[in-house]
Amino acid sequence: MSDKHIDKISGVSTTGHEWDGIRELNNPMPRWWVWTFYATIFWGLAYTIVYPAWPLLTSSTKGLFGYSSRAEVVQDMAAADALRSSYVEVIKGKTINDILADDTLRSIAVSAGGAAFKVNCVQCHGSGAQGSSGYPNLNDDDWLWGGKADAIQQTINHGIRFAGDSQTRDSVMPAFADVLDRKQIQEVSSYVASLTGTAADQSNIAQGAVIFADNCAACHGADAKGNRELGAPDLTDAIWLNGSGEAAIAAQVKSPKMGVMPAWGDRLGETAVKELAVFVHSLGGSE
Amino acid sequence: MAITLGIYYLTPWLRWDRGPFAPDQAVLIDLANRRFYFFFIEIWPQEFFFVAGLLVMAGIGLFLVTSTVGRAWCGYTCPQTVWVDLFLVVERAIEGDRNARIKLDAAPWSFTKIATRVTKHTIWLCIAVATGGAWIFYFADAPKLVADFVTGEAAAPAYMTVAILTATTYMFGGLMREQVCTYMCPWPRIQAAMLDETSLTVTYNDWRGEPRSRHAKRMALAGESIGDCVDCNACVAVCPMGIDIRDGQQLECITCALCIDACDGVMDKLGKERGLISYTTLNDYNANMALATAGGTRPVNPALVRDPDGRLSNTVAHISLRKLFRPRTLIYLGVWSAIGLFMVYALLTRNRLELNVLHDRNPQFVVLSDGSIRNGYTLKLLNMVPRQRNVRLSLTGSLPAASMSMLGSGKLEGGAFDIELEPDRLKTIKVFVRQAAGQAAGPLQEFKFIVEDSAGGERADYTATFNAPETGQ
Repeated sequence: MSDKHIDKISGVSTTGHEWDGIRELNNPMPRWWVWTFYATIFWGLAYTIVYPAWPLLTSSTKGLFGYSSRAEVVQDMAAADALRSSYVEVIKGKTINDILADDTLRSIAVSAGGAAFKVNCVQCHGSGAQGSSGYPNLNDDDWLWGGKADAIQQTINHGIRFAGDSQTRDSVMPAFADVLDRKQIQEVSSYVASLTGTAADQSNIAQGAVIFADNCAACHGADAKGNRELGAPDLTDAIWLNGSGEAAIAAQVKSPKMGVMPAWGDRLGETAVKELAVFVHSLGGSE
Repeated sequence: MAITLGIYYLTPWLRWDRGPFAPDQAVLIDLANRRFYFFFIEIWPQEFFFVAGLLVMAGIGLFLVTSTVGRAWCGYTCPQTVWVDLFLVVERAIEGDRNARIKLDAAPWSFTKIATRVTKHTIWLCIAVATGGAWIFYFADAPKLVADFVTGEAAAPAYMTVAILTATTYMFGGLMREQVCTYMCPWPRIQAAMLDETSLTVTYNDWRGEPRSRHAKRMALAGESIGDCVDCNACVAVCPMGIDIRDGQQLECITCALCIDACDGVMDKLGKERGLISYTTLNDYNANMALATAGGTRPVNPALVRDPDGRLSNTVAHISLRKLFRPRTLIYLGVWSAIGLFMVYALLTRNRLELNVLHDRNPQFVVLSDGSIRNGYTLKLLNMVPRQRNVRLSLTGSLPAASMSMLGSGKLEGGAFDIELEPDRLKTIKVFVRQAAGQAAGPLQEFKFIVEDSAGGERADYTATFNAPETGQ
């Protein structure tokens, strides 16, 4: 193995390995290549020391300078907050009606509120705020608890029938299955359906009107236009939260569904709620 | 060289008054605000096809020029050539002519040699910095940028651009020179397809030059046939590409015609006709070659192209202007002019007030408590002139019982909104269109938004759709 055999053609020494008369030339890697290779190994090791890398039993090495990507994100977010702070301060200092009166402030608040809406509200109200059965459409002009900007702000702040907030908007519609019999429920449902011109059993209407005056007018009003103090819906308009038609009305009379909305004031803070209210107000149906 | 360099360096300093709301730099590419100003023309990003059209014209123009006069672009206007020429001028001024430079290269390092070299490279670097410097002036207000740049307050991209352009100018112009043309530029490869037998190319006319000899008189005495070429190598010495044109047309040749000038000088001294190296088409060259070789049957014999008195024979073909007009060049010219005319037409008739409408898609429509239907639209109004304008926004088309409302402070007057547009800006407004209950003609109705300049003149419209429930409630 140790003989210095020189290849005749290339003039290069061989490694001494021979297989069936074929010898391997001894052409080592270029030095620069080898040193670059060693340098990358060194670099790789050094990297794991400088930055967090090695897993330990319950944690991992922290690196020489305590770098953490989480801290970097926190820093970035703080920087973003600082960038926003100029107008956030302005919005904080103004009432919601002042913001609405100022085109520039309004458009800023609409953008910010729209972003907050997509995170917090779309789950129930839908991505276009169009709602669904049982969840109100925020684009239209029918408001259970008031559609003025400050009323919307109040609703978002304290929620609806939300147990954790003492100022929450609260009201209960009794289950009339315990009060009225089947026929009476049928009659009052026909009457309510007839208010908006939907198909209704004409023979029930006269009796239904009497039942309505006795049982329903207290909250929904003698003219059935509703009462926002109590969140009692207007029964004469084209918008039906839980479905229109006699059958849907009868179901609601028997055992009413009543929506619950969380209070967002404590979770999102005053400014975000203000921005959300401006956003909802700008959807077009507000007052 | 002076013209092209002058255009490059001076253009950013030209001023053009556009009023108080737009920059007064004649040529400015305002990336931050996405505007492109060119004298009286202002281009918004969506009108970028004008720039694309210019590039197409430039491309066809290049074809046209190449097919008629060969690589005149490379030889006269290509930035690479222009800057190399500039660098060569500097080199010649400092180190002397070619012979002096060869001597200097061979000389051992001495104080003088170091001094000349340092001077040369310093001037080269200064030119390079100035080149990069001029480039950034196209992207920002030049006088202000100069001040900012010197005081170190300019934006980081400005410094980086200058640094990169300095490096490339210095390397391409000073160090790499013709290597760029030969190895990096794709155009020499493409030009082979662009040239044809009637394109002008710089040609060594070997039909009158060969056999070449340094000892013309002695050969003549010996009774041998001699050509006009005295093998002085002047053409090789001046060639910036380092080729010998006498070897025939080559990929490297950029048609700078320096060899023509050099050779004409020599011919003048010798009292012979100019044009041993000349602009010639392949057709002419072949005709003359056939003449000199008696139809290819014999080696080149210069006597065949000469009259007995020694002048060039009348049968020798020369270039004429008429040969330049042929279907190919005429087609290029036609296409080029057609694009140009179309762009001028488009530019003169383009609208400076534009309306774009985005229909709210989520939800597509809203049923209101009285049963009426509302659609929401985001309107983008583009005021593309640098002055304030008041416009009226109204509805038209087959949308019965429709009314319009606007988010914000707009007031409806006579079914239309008066809107104030800031100079040279886009304004976004939210508009709601509402149709009374039972009026919808179907789930899809078309109508138009119209904006009109209140002072008269321009108007723009946009055909939008109004959505209603399938039942047409």
